[in-house]
Amino acid sequence: MPGLIGKKIGMMRIFSEEGFQVPVTVIEAGPCSIVQVKSEDQDGYQAIQLGFGSKKAKRASRAEIGHSATAGLEVAPSLLREFPIEDGAEYEVGQELTVEQFEAGDRVKVTGRSKGRGFQGVVKRHGFAMRPASHGHPMSRIPGSMGPGTDPSRVIKGKRLPGRMGGTRTTIRNLQVVRVDGERNLLFVKGGVPGARNGYVLVSK
Amino acid sequence: MTDVIKEIEKEEMRDSIPDFAPGDTVRVLYLVREGTKERIQAFEGVCIGRKGGGLDETFTVRKISGGIAVERIFPLHAPTVTGVEVVRRGRVRRAKLYYLRGRRGKSARIQEKRQAR
Repeated sequence: MPGLIGKKIGMMRIFSEEGFQVPVTVIEAGPCSIVQVKSEDQDGYQAIQLGFGSKKAKRASRAEIGHSATAGLEVAPSLLREFPIEDGAEYEVGQELTVEQFEAGDRVKVTGRSKGRGFQGVVKRHGFAMRPASHGHPMSRIPGSMGPGTDPSRVIKGKRLPGRMGGTRTTIRNLQVVRVDGERNLLFVKGGVPGARNGYVLVSK
Repeated sequence: MTDVIKEIEKEEMRDSIPDFAPGDTVRVLYLVREGTKERIQAFEGVCIGRKGGGLDETFTVRKISGGIAVERIFPLHAPTVTGVEVVRRGRVRRAKLYYLRGRRGKSARIQEKRQAR
């Protein structure tokens, strides 16, 4: 089974049957309609295109409305994303996927856009060590040496330096599904998920 | 916090929250798992504070056991906490009784609350 598009709702705790407190992220996932099935012959690869949410008719372009109409949708989805599949015969355009495809105990991948952290130094961005805080040291978070000197007399490519952090596409793998709420289309995933609340996330197996 | 999470938390919360406040002497019954066996153990002491809200609320119970002070923090809504009985109502003037930590014997007593008639 491929996956679903969802929205991160937030985090909370859940008590397990053994009495443990489990930190979970609540994701409102699906229902997503299959808008297009991409095939080897036509597109060169196999995937399904899922639609999530809805866009006001005023905001959607004619192309978007027409594209979603082929899937039998009245309103254009606010987000379209593709998920790779192995066998195109299983899926049809117009078919609706829900959280029911997941089960408690499943391991999933969650992809999202991580929170932007702005321009960050090397300590926060790359986990460099700081200078000791006491014993007469000047407090400092500097990156330190750029590398060897006269030879090669340049900075080696890929040297980790300060810069923009976060705001990138991030995937967390092997997250455990703790609970599935089919009625409210909610997915409870153990641990954190990239991105801010109300951000879009992709959940796949 | 979003409404959806509030709604789910409400469902997860226990239906009847025992009525107790800081200063009360309480008897907490909680489930202990030893290997495969389960039994209920009691922890009796003074509730010295309640913390957090909603599903995340916890309370701290302090007791003197064999001359050593023991404090335990229980999640109010955990299924392992099977019951909270109020043994004695105490009259205190603050919400967190951390000042008890520095005291022992006579000065660590709490006046009993007199019920208004």
